Amino acid sequence: MKIRQIAEILDATVLAGEADLDHDAKTACGSDMMSDVLAFVKDQSVLLTGLINPQVMRTADMMDIVCIVFVRGKQPDPAVIEMAEERGIVVLATKLPLFTACGKLYAAGLSGGGIRIRE
Amino acid sequence: MNDTIKLHYDVPGDDFTRAGEASSAVKKTLRKLGVPGEIIRRVAIAMYEGEINMVIHGGGGVADVTISPEAITMVLADQGPGIENLELAMREGYSTASDEVRSLGFGAGMGLPNMKKYSDVMDVFTKVGVGTTVTMTVNLS
Repeated sequence: MKIRQIAEILDATVLAGEADLDHDAKTACGSDMMSDVLAFVKDQSVLLTGLINPQVMRTADMMDIVCIVFVRGKQPDPAVIEMAEERGIVVLATKLPLFTACGKLYAAGLSGGGIRIRE
Repeated sequence: MNDTIKLHYDVPGDDFTRAGEASSAVKKTLRKLGVPGEIIRRVAIAMYEGEINMVIHGGGGVADVTISPEAITMVLADQGPGIENLELAMREGYSTASDEVRSLGFGAGMGLPNMKKYSDVMDVFTKVGVGTTVTMTVNLS
């Protein structure tokens, strides 16, 4: 699914990475616990979260996450947006709560698809 | 890449927003060296979790990374309170982190388990009142 489609489905505003909206996202995960996100390796993944601190961007960086969706109408600091731009990560913001945002994307065909490496 | 590269970082213990800077720098270096993506990701995640632990539990410390043609070794050392029960700390879901740390997205009890999972070899030396040193190796070949 193109990131542009994700933005449309979630009625989201684009906070960073406008030029990369046609990039593909293959899987997604939703969590406010970064360590849980770090436990699963996914490819070209989208992270939906209500957490807006700089560690979200660092987690995304370590995981090669392509797009972050801030849910529940949360707005991160400009410094966080800047971190995303430096790292080439698309940032979207939606008013939807986490569960609803994940549900809409799942219903539209985006899978969870997380694989856990090295049990 | 025939030479061995040594990197050293100070991890400040009083600034949570900076936790992960060293891991981010290591990731960039490995990418420049042309290390395969999956290896880079494993190193980055393992070291990042270690760095976060140093900041939230250990009061900061130092990180030394050695990149050789055979392996990447990360040594993370703090002079914090030490880990009282290492067996429990290695269990997924067990955490002694504060509610404040949890509100920042960490303290899920996945730090040490994730570090073990993403490295090929992990060794933890810890002594209560002295500190903790975690050594992790990710093989390149």
